[in-house]
Amino acid sequence: MQHRTLRRIRLTSQIAFFLLFVFLLVQTEFPGSVRSASPDIRVPYPVALFLETDPLVALATALSTHTLYRHLIWAVPFLLLALIVGRGFCGWICPLGSLHHFIGSWKSEQKRGATLLESNRYKRWQATKYYLLVGVLLMALFGSAFGLVLDPLSLLIRSMSVSVLPVLNYGLRAALDAAYELPLGPAKIAVQGTSVVLGATMMSFKQPHFHQAVLIGGLFLFLLVLNLSVTRFWCRAICPLGALLGVCSTWSLVQLRKHEEKCDDCRRCLLHCQGGDDPIPGATWRKAECHLCLNCLGDCPTGGISFHWSMTPSPAKQTRETPELKRRALITSLAAGTVMVPLLRTGPGLKAAGSPLLIRPPGAVDEGHFLDRCIRCGDCMKVCPNNALHPALLEGGIEGIWTPVLVPRIGYCEPNCTLCSQVCPTGAIWEITVAEKTGRRDSNVAAPNPESRTPNPEQRDPIRIGTAFYDRGRCLPWSMATECIVCEEWCPTSPKAIYLVPAEVTDAQGQTKTVKQPYVEPKRCTGCGACEFACPVKGLPAIYVTAAGESRSKANQFLLRENQPSARTSS
Amino acid sequence: MSQSADLDARRRFLIRVLQLGGASAAAVVSGALLAGRSARPEEITPVVGGRDHGVAANPALPELVVAQGESPQALVQRALAEMGGMGRFVARGDTVVVKPNIAWDRSPEQAATTNPDVVAEVVRQCLAAGAGSVIVTDVSCNDAQTCFERSGIAAAAKAAGAEVVLPEPRFFTQVDLKGDTLGVWPVLEPFLDAHKLINVPIAKHHSLTGVTLGMKNWYGLIGGNRSRLHQRIHESLVDLTAFARPTLTILDGYRVLMRSGPTGGDLEDVELKKTLLVSTDPVAIDAYAAKAWWNIDVPRLRFLRLAEARGLGRSDFAALRTKVLTV
Repeated sequence: MQHRTLRRIRLTSQIAFFLLFVFLLVQTEFPGSVRSASPDIRVPYPVALFLETDPLVALATALSTHTLYRHLIWAVPFLLLALIVGRGFCGWICPLGSLHHFIGSWKSEQKRGATLLESNRYKRWQATKYYLLVGVLLMALFGSAFGLVLDPLSLLIRSMSVSVLPVLNYGLRAALDAAYELPLGPAKIAVQGTSVVLGATMMSFKQPHFHQAVLIGGLFLFLLVLNLSVTRFWCRAICPLGALLGVCSTWSLVQLRKHEEKCDDCRRCLLHCQGGDDPIPGATWRKAECHLCLNCLGDCPTGGISFHWSMTPSPAKQTRETPELKRRALITSLAAGTVMVPLLRTGPGLKAAGSPLLIRPPGAVDEGHFLDRCIRCGDCMKVCPNNALHPALLEGGIEGIWTPVLVPRIGYCEPNCTLCSQVCPTGAIWEITVAEKTGRRDSNVAAPNPESRTPNPEQRDPIRIGTAFYDRGRCLPWSMATECIVCEEWCPTSPKAIYLVPAEVTDAQGQTKTVKQPYVEPKRCTGCGACEFACPVKGLPAIYVTAAGESRSKANQFLLRENQPSARTSS
Repeated sequence: MSQSADLDARRRFLIRVLQLGGASAAAVVSGALLAGRSARPEEITPVVGGRDHGVAANPALPELVVAQGESPQALVQRALAEMGGMGRFVARGDTVVVKPNIAWDRSPEQAATTNPDVVAEVVRQCLAAGAGSVIVTDVSCNDAQTCFERSGIAAAAKAAGAEVVLPEPRFFTQVDLKGDTLGVWPVLEPFLDAHKLINVPIAKHHSLTGVTLGMKNWYGLIGGNRSRLHQRIHESLVDLTAFARPTLTILDGYRVLMRSGPTGGDLEDVELKKTLLVSTDPVAIDAYAAKAWWNIDVPRLRFLRLAEARGLGRSDFAALRTKVLTV
C-alpha cells in the first residue's frame, strides 16, 4: 500500500520534471513579443535550468576555468542533495533517465522471465561510467570540456533540439499542409486553428534544418533502443553524471536493508530494477548503482526489503558503499584522460588559422577558452531565430565536434539578437547586450541628430564574428554586367559595410553600361552573414564570410587597425 | 482418410485459390491503373491573378493629400477625410488587405518599417467604414516573426482589430504575374483574395534606385528568390505595381530614413519629417516623395516613366489635384 504510494510519487516526480524539461526546451526560442523599452529581447524563462543545476557541468567547467559561470552556483545544492540521496536524481528527476526508464519498461524478446532477472543483476561493465567520468574530469582539468558531450542533459537537449523537435515539426507541418490542401472549407479553418495552437505551444514558425541532424538523431535513437536489450544501458554503463552522483552516494543517508528471514527467494525485486544494483538476498547491494526508484520495495511480496535513513554505514557483506573500480582500468582511464587533450590539440583545430568556416556566435570567447567551456548542449542552436547555428563536424578539429558554428547560407546573425548568449549555461558564448554587439550604447533611445555625421563618442567597435569577402567571378556586377547590390541592401550596419562604385562594363552584345560594383569595408563589417544569406547567386555565393578578423581572437586578424587619433592626443 | 479430413483439405485448397486470385487480381488492376497514370512530373499550373482594386475617381476631391503634424494617427484621420473618407474606398463587407513595410528586424524609431500608429489607424478607418475583415501582412526579408514583433506592427494592428497574417510557406500560390519581366512567382495568398488593397509603405533611401517608396513596397507581395528582381529593378517594380493596382497608397513620412537604407539601424540616419502622403495614384505619390525629400527628379527614376507608360499613374505630380495641410 504505502510502497505503491511511494512509487506513484516517484512516477509523478519523473513526469513533472520531464514536462518541465520539455517546456523549458520548447521555450528556448525567440519570445513572442519584443516591443519594450529595452532593445534587448529576453528569453522569459530560465531555459538552461537543467544544465545550470547539473553538478557535472559545474564541476568540469570549474576544473577547466577555475570559476563558476553565472548561474552554475545552483549546481552546488544538487551536489549536496546527492550526498544525502545518492543517485535519487537519476530515478526521480533526470529527464533522460525517465525516458530510458519508460522505454526500458517495454516488453522485449531479449528480456523475459529468467533472462530479464539475469539482465537486471549487477554487471562489471557498469563500472565503465566511472572510468569515463575520470576521463571527462581529467580532460576538463587540462582545458577541454569535450567530455561533457556525454553529459546526459547536454545529450538530451542536443538530440531534441537538433533532431527530435525538427522531425516532429516536419511531420506536423507536412500533415497540416496536406490537410490545408483538402477541398473542404472547414478543413482549412481546422488547420488554421491547429496551427495557431501548435504554433503557440511547440511548433516552430519556420522548419529548422540542422547539419549533423541525422547523425545526432540516429545516435540518440540507438541509445534509446539499447533499453530493449539492457534496461537503462546508458544510465548503468555510460552516464558520467550518474557516475559522479554514484561517487557522492558513498556518503548518502539512504540505506537498503534486506530481511533475509522474510525472503522466500522469488527474486521479484529484480523485475523492475533500474540501476542493476542487486537488491536480492545473498548478494551485495550496490549503493552507487541504485537510482532509488523503489520498484524492488513494491515488487517484494513478503516485505523482505526496506529503505532507511541512516548515518551508519551498513556491514560490508550487505552493502557496498563505493563504486567497484579495478586499479588497472582506473590507471588506464587516468592515462587516457591525460593524453587525450594534448592529442586533440596537435590537430589544427585550435589554431586560429584552422578553418575559415569556424564562425562562432557573437559573444563567443577566444577559441581556447571556448573549448574550456562549450558542452555541446545545442541550446544556442535551438534558440537562434534564424537557424544560423549548427553543430560543427570537423570545422574546429575533432575536439570541436558539435560545437556551434554559424552557417550564413542557411541563416545569418541578426544584429538585434543576443539570445544564444543568454542561454549558454557555461559562458562559452559570454552574455552580451545588443549595445555591446552593435557597438552602440543606446541604439533605440537616443534622439536623432541629423546635423552630425561625425564619429559618435558613444560608439565602440561592434563584435565581429568574421569578415565578408567577394568572389568576383560569381558576382553579377563584377562578372556578368548585371545590376544587383542585394548584399548592400541587406547589410545591417550603418553606415553600411558594403560600398558601391559605379563602373563601366561591356555586356555580351558589346554595349557599354554602368553598373554598381560592390566592395567590403572591413572596418564596418561584423561578419553577420546577411549578405551571404541574401546573395541571389545560388549554390556557392558571390559573397561569403570567413572567421578572419573575428574580434574574439587576437591572432585571427588580417588588417592593421590604426589607433583612434584621440587616443594619442589625450596621452 | 476420413471424409471430414478430405473436406477440410478441399476447403483449405479453395481458400488458398481465392487468396492467390485476389492478390493477383489486385496486383494486376492496381499495376495497370498506376501505369496508366504515369506522366512526367509537371510544375503546378500557375493561377492568373491581379485585379484593379481602385475606386472611381471623383473630380471634386484631391488626388494627393500631403499632411503634416505631430500625431501620426491624426495625420491619417485628416488626410483620409480630405480624400473623401475611407468610406469612399472601402465598401461594407470588403476584405481589405493593408500592406505595410515589415521587411526588417528594426524598431519603429529606426524607420526601416512603417510606423505602427499609422498602420493601426488605417486598420481602424477600414473597420469603421464597414470592412468585413482587415488583414495586415507582408513578406519580410529578415525573420518574419521577429520583424512583425519588433516593428510594433503586429501588436498595433491586432489591437486595432486587424488579422495579422505571417507569411507561412503554405500561404503562397504560384501566380503568373503576366508582367513584361516577371512571370510566375509565389504570391502570398491574402493579396489574391483582397477586395481592396491599401499600400502603407515608409519612405526610405535605397542605393539601387535612390529611394524605396510605394512601388518598391510591392516587393512584399512575393516570395521565392526575389533578390533577383534587382537585376531589372525598374521593370520589376512596374510589373508588381501593375499586378497590385492598389486602392490607395498611404506613404508614411513621419520618420524618414535618409541614408543607409533600406535597413538603416543608426538613429542619425533618421529625420523627423512628420508627414503623411495619401494618393490614389501609385506613381505620382512616389514622384512627389522622391522630389520632396531626396530632390530626385522623375527622369532619374526610370520606373516612374515606365509605370506611366503602362498607364498605372502620372509621374507629373504637379498636375494632380493636391491638398497640402497642417494638422
